[in-house]
Amino acid sequence: MTTDTSPAAPSPAPPPSAEAEPGKEPNLLQEILSGSWLVSVLAIVAALVLGGVLIAVSNAEVVEAAKNIFAAPGSFFSTLFSTVGDAYSALFRGAVFDWNARTTERAIRPLTESLVSGTPLILTGLGIALAFRSGLFNIGGQGQVILGATIAGYLGYALHLPPVVHMLIAAIGGIIGGAIWAGIAGVLKARTGANEVIVTIMLNSIAGYLLGYLLKQNWFTHTTSANPQSRTLDDSSHMFMLLPSPFRLHFGFIIAILATIFVWWLLERSTIGFEFKAVGANPHAARTAGISVSKVTILVMIVAGALAGLGGAAQVLGTEFKLTGGISGSIGFDAITVALLGRSKPLGTFLAGLLFGAFKAGGYLMQSQTGTPIDIVLVVQSVIVLLIAAPPLVRSIFRLPAPALKRKES
Amino acid sequence: MKKLVSAVSIAAASALVLSACGSGDSGDSKAEDFLGCMVSDSGGWDDQSFNQSGREGMQAAVDNLGIEESLAESQGDADFKPNVDNMIQQGCNLTFGVGFLLEDAIQEAAEANTDLNFALIDSTFSDADGNPVTIDNAKPLVFNTAEAAYLAGYVAAASSESGKVGTFGGIQIPSVTIFMDGFADGVKKYNEENKKDVKLLGWDKEKQDGSFSGDFENQGQGQALTKQLISQGADVIMPVAGPVGLGAAAAAKEAKDVKLIWVDSDGYESTEYGDIILTSVVKQIANAVEDTIGEAQDGNFSSEPYVGTLENEGVGLAPYHEFKDEVPEDVKKKVEELKKKIIDGSLTVDSESTPK
Repeated sequence: MTTDTSPAAPSPAPPPSAEAEPGKEPNLLQEILSGSWLVSVLAIVAALVLGGVLIAVSNAEVVEAAKNIFAAPGSFFSTLFSTVGDAYSALFRGAVFDWNARTTERAIRPLTESLVSGTPLILTGLGIALAFRSGLFNIGGQGQVILGATIAGYLGYALHLPPVVHMLIAAIGGIIGGAIWAGIAGVLKARTGANEVIVTIMLNSIAGYLLGYLLKQNWFTHTTSANPQSRTLDDSSHMFMLLPSPFRLHFGFIIAILATIFVWWLLERSTIGFEFKAVGANPHAARTAGISVSKVTILVMIVAGALAGLGGAAQVLGTEFKLTGGISGSIGFDAITVALLGRSKPLGTFLAGLLFGAFKAGGYLMQSQTGTPIDIVLVVQSVIVLLIAAPPLVRSIFRLPAPALKRKES
Repeated sequence: MKKLVSAVSIAAASALVLSACGSGDSGDSKAEDFLGCMVSDSGGWDDQSFNQSGREGMQAAVDNLGIEESLAESQGDADFKPNVDNMIQQGCNLTFGVGFLLEDAIQEAAEANTDLNFALIDSTFSDADGNPVTIDNAKPLVFNTAEAAYLAGYVAAASSESGKVGTFGGIQIPSVTIFMDGFADGVKKYNEENKKDVKLLGWDKEKQDGSFSGDFENQGQGQALTKQLISQGADVIMPVAGPVGLGAAAAAKEAKDVKLIWVDSDGYESTEYGDIILTSVVKQIANAVEDTIGEAQDGNFSSEPYVGTLENEGVGLAPYHEFKDEVPEDVKKKVEELKKKIIDGSLTVDSESTPK
């Protein structure tokens, strides 16, 4: 969230012309993206420590023990450590390996659950990372996910096709949905200079209400249910499972791996990707070098939206199998965090997506077994982002010189 | 885990002490084994609506029946299945899902775990085409709030000085529009009996169309909608939108002589706006939850849907509190009479959304 306002921070000081604006944004972006990997790791550690403090404060037993801290300091610290330890061990058991589980399958299932939760975050995060690298703040992941899920879901129950073919067609529908939605913002930015942050945020709202409207129309939902939800998707449209029953890991995860490789190839090996990065690094120089900035802007948004739309498709075809108003959850916004944590690199985004998927999967167990509020997990996530985004933000606000060696990375 | 173990041992110890006192209550030995669980929808436990009421029912069961509880709050629709799955892994004897959005998650879990029991608040189970189905180990808890809203509609029409009453909903779903249907019929009944023409703004029962704020969160939207209704002349307003109703209350308080009809809980007690709340259409979710847990604990769980009605006091009209003296005696009498008629079946309140 903190990053939303960041482009605005440096701009009020000088009275810039409309032309100078776009050059300003990538500067800050570059600073955020050029931080070292160590910063990411330290941010996670610091956030876990801070989360531990919050877990302790929100726990009645610890608070009770704290009242007698001078009389019985030993019992205070043992309560403190066992409470925080229990919460984090539940988080780990829910996310990686559950040594308390009744069966072996159940013991290893948490890891696959983390992958399931991470899949849409990786796909959407890649879309946002790609836009970041090209100097565009794509805050519209949410809307693109919704459109992708809506079209993929609709094709999933409205058409009746053989397995695999059906899934592919529905997934392609999702890609097109997301691409169109982000493409609108791309075209507006390229043709009229409309700020993509504002346009994509507004498109989020439009997508949400559009889905809300569609779910009330019986011609769309294909069901007589009066509740705003669609018919269940045909089995043939489901992303097939990679493992048997208790596991939910689906083909979408393979797609996420392939998409990560695709984005890496696009950015590092292809000509068009070079143009993307050139525009991201310095649009004026790119224009002088003969690159069409407006073409690149539109293309970047279309590819970014396609990835986010695929994320929405994976969610509805792989885990939910039904369209509801809340199908997108907070994927679109979490994905911004994922992209930032991953330094907008494909592999980094992939790993950050897995980490956030693990937080999500672990959060379920932590909440239900230790009674720790689910908000703590969100606080930990938010603190990570805050700490990652803070050093360059602080530097830019106080006009401190950026560390000289960091510049070359992007 | 340690906490649970210690809590269980405390419960066991207290059970021993109690039986030593000679109470000989056979329920205690079962109580410590019973784990009741509940999964919220994205409204969370403090939504001033069904999640909160469900949570209160669970708390009451912990206090009165001595069960263990486990709760999970969902942040989005993707959380339902994992949360319900976690409950199953913990071996919850009875798992509640709150709200129609959890229908699929609960239904799937119930079909896969026939040894455990499940319950769904505010919705029944249905197949892919929307036709109702029965699942042997899952109980729907639904509420025919139209009956109580009918009485509220009558009182509202009788109390209106401007000849206009209003209502609006959060989202157009059956559990919301059922209130509005009953309210509309109550107003109509008043007009028929008294040859009056009190108008209802914000809901057209025939067309099943009206005013909705769009969610159960945005109080500002509730305030704006209420101001609109007031400017059109409504002086008794029933917001059916959970916490959005607080926005309506703020708008009503600002305008003079506008009264509210609260829903779900008795607004006189649950909100700070007791002085403008004429009465409330109460939906006793908490009692239904506690009763269902009690039945399951005694081994009497059934998949028979629980339907809250005026008859079983699952729904009802709250006291008039500060408006006790302002509501005329003959209106109060008439409401009691209508209530009796509804209970004995000589008067039926129809709604498309009536739970079947």
